[in-house]
Formats: sequence, structure tokens, C-alpha cells
Amino acid sequence: MAYYEEDDLDRFGEVGKHRPDLFEKFMAWYQACQEDGALSRREKSLIGLAVAHALQCPYCIDAYAQACLESGSNMEQMTEAIHMASAIRGGASLIHGLQAHNSVNKVSM
Amino acid sequence: MPQTLPVINAPTGAARAPADFDEKLAAHGLLLRAAATVETLQVNVGKLCNQACKHCHVDASPARTEIMTRETVDEIIDAVRRFRFPVLDITGGAPELIPSFRHLVASAHALGTRVIVRHNLTVLFEPGQDDLPQFFRAHGVEVVSSLPYFLEQQTDQQRGHGVFEKSIAALRRLNEVGYGIDGSGLDLHLVYNPVGAFLPPPQSSIEADFKRELLARYNVSFNHLYTITNMPIKRFLDYLRRSGNESRYMRKLVEAFNPHAVEGLMCRSLVSVDWTGKLFDCDFNQMLELGVAPELPQTISDFDPAKFTGRPIVTAAHCFGCTAGAGSSCGGTVTDK
Repeated sequence: MAYYEEDDLDRFGEVGKHRPDLFEKFMAWYQACQEDGALSRREKSLIGLAVAHALQCPYCIDAYAQACLESGSNMEQMTEAIHMASAIRGGASLIHGLQAHNSVNKVSM
Repeated sequence: MPQTLPVINAPTGAARAPADFDEKLAAHGLLLRAAATVETLQVNVGKLCNQACKHCHVDASPARTEIMTRETVDEIIDAVRRFRFPVLDITGGAPELIPSFRHLVASAHALGTRVIVRHNLTVLFEPGQDDLPQFFRAHGVEVVSSLPYFLEQQTDQQRGHGVFEKSIAALRRLNEVGYGIDGSGLDLHLVYNPVGAFLPPPQSSIEADFKRELLARYNVSFNHLYTITNMPIKRFLDYLRRSGNESRYMRKLVEAFNPHAVEGLMCRSLVSVDWTGKLFDCDFNQMLELGVAPELPQTISDFDPAKFTGRPIVTAAHCFGCTAGAGSSCGGTVTDK
């Protein structure tokens, strides 16, 4: 069995086969989040793309790369969003260096 | 989530869609019929073009030889005189390259018809075309020009190397004679096509981007931006097939079907004529050789407006391209619902 089939993105609805009530609640929430609000659909798509990269979810990367194009973003803007996600991931790892410092300091004279 | 529908047989050379367009309309209680009057006579004067764009639904290029003769141009002018179409919309190819182009524009303008020319910008730098901006202005032509993006890379990717730079130079020439300048009364509209297998963004937001960026980067102005969905026919369909995107793109169009777009579809208010004088419901049907319904007059010389009122529109899978999302027409989106 192969992992991460491209066509599986279009089969997402099949996840609702068991406990459709929970899936419907998820979909209503998910779709409401996408609508224009205080943030535009374009901004939300860029956030989606950044989060997709932070999570390294190939389905989400595919879906939000398309959503970004279809909401009017270009590759420069999308690349900046990906760098933001990556930089925060990098920073989040790096700041844990203080945990190491604290741990070392605790047992050092 | 939408369920995938079974694939049905499609006409030769047309896209394969996961649903039938007429059945989709019927499922929404809709029937596609022409409006009470033909507002626009859209004339495709031929397939000759100085460019060979990757998405072109006409398959136009410098190698094509199919162009409208003077005799057929005169039949068009005669039809404009007899039936007083409010709008004559001239497209190609690059329509300026046919010998009778200026005769057609000047004659239709003299008859009081609003003339739209689908002008690819770069043709202005072809031999004998240097005075096009002045010619357009003298005949009150509304200019509609493709510029897929405000950045060079995306534009050249779709329309060919060096096209962006020439397009910007041409836009400046049009601005210099007043086109696209507020208050001049000379309309210059741009057309955005997605550079690939995806739907256009919302027209108003991408128009704002184009206006801001073209002015800041190149000091270029225009009136409106029309977003047009790439139609899955001819060269763009070839691209979809080569790149393995056909089924995904068609599914996207079908899933984005918007019943509110149907009322404003351009086929309801126009008649399309090909370079031989044959009649079609739209330029896309023309390229698929899907003529008007067989019981109707088939050529411009036999045109009878009464017979085209409320006529059934001939449809196929590509029609999903015009009903996806906010809809798509030669004048951009068709609904805000």
C-alpha cells in the first residue's frame, strides 16, 4: 500500500463514512473559516499554506498552493509565507536551546 | 464533499467532463436559451497571429493562413447595417493582421456600432501597425488586451519570451493617446487568464493588484481588468492532457458550477461568426466546430434576428468553464453571487 496518493485529496469526504455527524460538524467549521471576514480569503489561503508547510502535510500543501493561486497570490508571496512558517519552526527549535542551557546550568557548578 | 460523477463520452477533440452540462443545468431547473435580442456580433476574423500563446483556444499562430476575405468582411458590414447590432466585437488571432481589418472597423463605426477590438498589444510592433493607437482613437474603438499578469515571468511563460516587455511598451503607447486615462472616454481593458490549470481569483481584488502594480512599476493605466477562465479546448486542452491535469481541472470546473452564472452567460446575448462567415453560439463552440442549432440560418449572409431570439444554445463539456465560480465571459465575471 502506497502512502499519500494524490487522488486521495478528492476522497476526503470518505472520512465521513463513519460518524458522519462529526465530519459534518468539522466541514461546517472548516468552510466557515475560509470565508472572507476580518481577514481576506487571500490572507487566509496564505496562512493555510504556511501552516501546511509547518505540518508538512502534502494534501494541505497541494490544496493551499491551489487556493493561493485562485485567490490571487503569486509565487513571491507564497514563498514568503513558506519562509515565515519555516523561520518560526526554526526559531521554535532554537529557543529550546535555553532548556538545554537551563538543564546544563542546573547540574553545573 | 462533492462526489465524483461518472465520466461520459465527450465529442472528439473536446474535454472529458465528469458530468453532462445540460444535465447539470436541468438538475438546477435551468434551460440555456438565448436572450430576446442579440446585443453583440462577435467576429473571429481568422487564426493568423504574431504570437502562439500556450493557452490559446484558437490555436492561432504566425503559421496559420485562415483569414477572413474582403467579401466576407463586406457581408459582416451589411449585417451590421441591416440589423444594427449595438456591439461589434472583433477577435482573432490578431485581427489587425488581416488586410480588411481597418475597413471593417471604420465601416462599423460609421454605422454607429460600438466596436471592440481584442488587441494582443505586441501586434503594434509588426510592420505597418505603428499608427494603431491613433486609428483606434479615431474610430472610438474599445480596446481589450490580454496581460495574464503584472510580472514578466508569468506573462512570458504563457505568451512567449519578450511578450511582457513589448506589452508594457504598447500599453504606454495606448496611454499616450488617451487610452485607459480617466476622463478620456477611451476604454482600455485588460484580460487576466490563469497561467496554468487553476481558476481565476476574484476579479475585483486582482484588478486592484494590477492597477497598483502596473502604475507603480511601469506608470501604466487601464480601466478594468476582466478575469477569464481558461477553456479546456485546443491548445489549453493539449496542455492539460500533456501535464496530466485534464481530469482534475474538469472536476474543478464541474464542482465550481454556479447556477447564478447561467443568466449572464455571453452566449445568451451574442452571435459568433467565423472567418468563413459561419455562425456559432460562441467563439469556443466555433473552435470545436459546434455550429448553431441545425434548424437556424448557418451563415451571416442568411442571418435573421427573429430566428435567433430564444434559440437553444449548443453546449458541451467546455461550457463548465463559463459557469465555474463567478462565471466567465469575454467581459470577465458574470455574477457576484
